[in-house]
Amino acid sequence: MHELGIVFYIIRDVKQVAEENHVDHVSTVVMDIGEVSTVVPHLLTDCWRWAADKEPLLQGCEMQCNTIPAVTWCDECKREYETVKYGKTCPHCNSDNTWLLHGNEVEINSIVV
Amino acid sequence: MDEVKVIEIKKSVFAENEKDADALRQELKSKGVFLLNLMSSPGSGKTTTLIQLINKIKDKVRIAVMEADIDSDVDAVKIKKATGVPSIQLHTGGMCHLDAEMTRQGLDNLNLNEVDLVILENVGNLVCPAEFDTGSCCNVMILSVPEGDDKALKYPLMFSVCDVVLINKIDILPYFDFDMEKCSKNIHERNPQAIIIPISAKTGEGVNVFADWLLHEVQEWKAQTREF
Repeated sequence: MHELGIVFYIIRDVKQVAEENHVDHVSTVVMDIGEVSTVVPHLLTDCWRWAADKEPLLQGCEMQCNTIPAVTWCDECKREYETVKYGKTCPHCNSDNTWLLHGNEVEINSIVV
Repeated sequence: MDEVKVIEIKKSVFAENEKDADALRQELKSKGVFLLNLMSSPGSGKTTTLIQLINKIKDKVRIAVMEADIDSDVDAVKIKKATGVPSIQLHTGGMCHLDAEMTRQGLDNLNLNEVDLVILENVGNLVCPAEFDTGSCCNVMILSVPEGDDKALKYPLMFSVCDVVLINKIDILPYFDFDMEKCSKNIHERNPQAIIIPISAKTGEGVNVFADWLLHEVQEWKAQTREF
């Protein structure tokens, strides 16, 4: 649901980078989207298509989404595990004293011009 | 073939908004205005809670309210009628949340020299508003009994960004399988610092506890302004 709002932020940032680099057209925007970022890649690319075509700089510009796996760190047994599979509780020692290492990214990785 | 060039950016989409939000917070601090961001799902009782709260504290602090919705002005009209405090309606134009820039535009329509506390009633939604820092001094959310005690498991980000969680509609607890202890445990697993206050916006039960907490926070904030 918030994907459209996020697309407007991406457009703002890409426009700024394009201006700084004297670029007049961007052909691809590459995103890094964490597995537990709450952003749904196919909704993001749908919203992107709708909004990007309204900008001369971004007409026909593709969006590629890389998925960043979610990994949680357990402070108790000092091991890592897959967040999506096990959630908050460590599968090795059953502790809830755990923290997300990565997987909540919503980042613009790069643009292809 | 045209030459293809890759420009690396490696930047969070939320970074710009977070910068705007920090700047807004500093500005509010210099003016001695405390901004509270109130979030919840639709129908949890945000507006009714606000009416109860405002009527308890409006003689102690000068309050203004900003109501954010996708459409209509029913909430702003209701607040003004029930409390008499200035209330404006912000339309998000289809967006499911407010960001720092939209919040600033709303604040520009209030006379901040005559206000100590601005309450922002965010769009009813447990996902998107949690992603976007509005520039507020504190985040408060309402979870109502009918929504269930497992919501902190389903919407972890919302619960982790809130300073206070109000558990509303406790007057109907006997009719629901809502386990208060389990609910608190779920919230504290995500956010050990969260202050949990059970309330009933309908009967007024517990609202004083929240009102006292809020008045204290506003005073602390204004004390920091004087040290500026």
